[in-house]
Amino acid sequence: MSARARWTWLIAITVVALAAATGYGVWSFIGYQQRQSAPAAVALDTAGTGLSGPHVVFRNTAAGAGYGHVAEVPVADPGGPRTVTDAVCDRVYSAGGTQACLRTNAGIVTTFEAAVYDSQWRQEKSWPLPGIPSRTRVSTDGKLVASTAFVTGHAYAPTSFSTATVISKVAGGDYGNLEDFTLIVDGHRLAPADRNFWGVTFGNDDNTFYATAAAGTRTWLVKGDLRARTLTSVHETAECPSLSPDGRRIAYKKNVTPGPVPHWNIAVLDLATNKETVLAETRSVDDQVEWLNDSTLLYGLPREGAVGDDDVWSIGTRAGDAPSLFIAHAWSPSVVR
Amino acid sequence: MYLSFSDRRGGTADETVRSGTPFRLSPVIVSLGIVSMFTDISSESVAAVLPLYITGALGLSMVAYGFLDGIYQGVSAVVRIGAGWAADTSDRHKSVAVLGYGLSMVTRAGLLVATGFGAITAIIATDRIGKGIRTAPRDAMITGAAQPEHLARSFGVHRMLDTVGATVGPLLAFLVLLIIPNGYHTVFVVSLACGVIGFAVLGIMVPGRKHRTTAAAGGAREAPGTLASTGRRAPFAWRDLNNPRLRRLLVVAAIFGLLTVGDGFIYLVLQSRAQFATQWFPLLYVGTNIAYLALAIPLGRLADRWGRTRVFIAGHCALLAAYVCAALPTTGAAATLTCLLLLGVFYAATDGVLAALAGQFSTAASRASGIAAAQTVVAVARLVASTGFGLLWFTLGRGNAILLVAVALAVAIPAASVIVRGMRTAVNAA
Repeated sequence: MSARARWTWLIAITVVALAAATGYGVWSFIGYQQRQSAPAAVALDTAGTGLSGPHVVFRNTAAGAGYGHVAEVPVADPGGPRTVTDAVCDRVYSAGGTQACLRTNAGIVTTFEAAVYDSQWRQEKSWPLPGIPSRTRVSTDGKLVASTAFVTGHAYAPTSFSTATVISKVAGGDYGNLEDFTLIVDGHRLAPADRNFWGVTFGNDDNTFYATAAAGTRTWLVKGDLRARTLTSVHETAECPSLSPDGRRIAYKKNVTPGPVPHWNIAVLDLATNKETVLAETRSVDDQVEWLNDSTLLYGLPREGAVGDDDVWSIGTRAGDAPSLFIAHAWSPSVVR
Repeated sequence: MYLSFSDRRGGTADETVRSGTPFRLSPVIVSLGIVSMFTDISSESVAAVLPLYITGALGLSMVAYGFLDGIYQGVSAVVRIGAGWAADTSDRHKSVAVLGYGLSMVTRAGLLVATGFGAITAIIATDRIGKGIRTAPRDAMITGAAQPEHLARSFGVHRMLDTVGATVGPLLAFLVLLIIPNGYHTVFVVSLACGVIGFAVLGIMVPGRKHRTTAAAGGAREAPGTLASTGRRAPFAWRDLNNPRLRRLLVVAAIFGLLTVGDGFIYLVLQSRAQFATQWFPLLYVGTNIAYLALAIPLGRLADRWGRTRVFIAGHCALLAAYVCAALPTTGAAATLTCLLLLGVFYAATDGVLAALAGQFSTAASRASGIAAAQTVVAVARLVASTGFGLLWFTLGRGNAILLVAVALAVAIPAASVIVRGMRTAVNAA
């Protein structure tokens, strides 16, 4: 090829590539604008200050106005119109009048933060998170907030991946990263280099909590003690625990396919008998499940074929119970009783 | 201007002559730099948003992601050696590089259709393999195209363009997401377009001549100096790599690699103490990259004048200073920024310079393999270092762990100087 022919080809390819990318970008932007200005895909009630009776708080993922906002529906009518608030959250949890929200602030500097709202969805405080929001829980009395974020070290040889899980006091201060607690597995103190902790669920006394501990390819359900700063293993192969309202059972996701592509079933552990029941949901559940009542669980699943849209499903806690759709276009459910 | 009389051949021994040869940048190096720039925009824009995409858009968690990443690093190292060897034995550096860049480009299209965790990890693995394939043949092509007296400076030009891409990529990706929330597919399309442009520059603008053939014909650029002359007509042979200079370089690179814990850890140390670093955590790498791209050429020039191994070792003094800076109990923004600047100095003084040294110490026929060997040694050693440092991190605590590595590095730097001095003596004696 002559120099001139080479330049002609290069310029032609560059122009075509840039034009195609720009065209696609403009097309997506117009699509996004249309979705934003379109009426919401589900019935909305924009009264806006939150429900008073038993209700479910969740992230609304229905396309259109209110996408990504926190919404609420009465427990008695989960499929009915949803009340959309102004709060925008990736993960949300509400208990004892405290509403915790983890979110991504998109921008050239994309940052992450945790925020605490009062019962009327007025923001009270916020603090930065070191990475992508993953799980949040609030203690029953609303005094403690737990947050888990993925920390991805940006490096030329990026091998470090970890979770940062911190329990904070709403009044101010925190208990530090769970990594700094003493880990006791099967009676022995362990300090593996690759240990990670995530998915806190609170007991009723502002001291006891449960969480996931992981090292290598193993995971444990651990019982935490805030005063003693210890984490003691209770059960192996259990992630993202969730304590039932009566405090007698713990639901969690159980990885049944070890290896690079995990498959999580939902399992329920009876704390008194140590008996584990694996539920009949066949799809892989990658969520921290939530108790609707003492015999029903809620969890999110990505909606098939739709990026950024999810549904909340429910399932009974007996071995053969079948799952059913609870709230369409919803994520991160939290039951306020 | 000073002249060293110990070595007038230029570029053979480390103490390079600052001869009167004026610096003339080869268009091949500029083209390869632009290829790397577009490829880095392509790969880093995806890498920046992938965790968000996996967790936020696909609703998957990332626990297995970090685990897999370690395996891919290992695969990439093995592939790198193989690709270097294949490039040398076939004498087709460009073809091997085209395969590597092409493989990575194709993965961008795959991201548009993949939604499962398995598919995404397979795509990431393929991208890593592509990166492993292309690096050593490309650096061998840079070495072949550069003036031997200005080798490190030429690598500096390439690394600067490369780092511009690595910096622009994530910023571009986040800009797209800012304008189009959930616009991950737009990011992937932009990434694909940049990959295609980089690939086109490589295919169209970079000549695919056979290095040995050109050298045999007395290629103008490679005329003086042993870089070309020792390799003239010679086929690839492993024994070419078994020379004392390259051996010692690999030993020094391995020692330093074992004490390089990865900037991810340093960012975490900073973030655990300083509010400033927590808030700007996702942007800390930009600070490092800006220092890197600003200093890549000046430090390359310095390496050509003052000695490449000297600058390589001095770069690790900057790393040592970065460790100390991170371990100091200061929490201000100034301390964080100083730390980032020092990391940038470290990369600017070592990354391109190591490739230049490895290229310089190999024959033309074994150049890609020699460069691949050095880069693999560093990659594997750093992988070991990251794992080992993780252990220290938990057993000693953040601050003490980094101080311990700093002390070890403070011992290793003079030790490396001694090894290198021995190397120079050996060369002179030979």
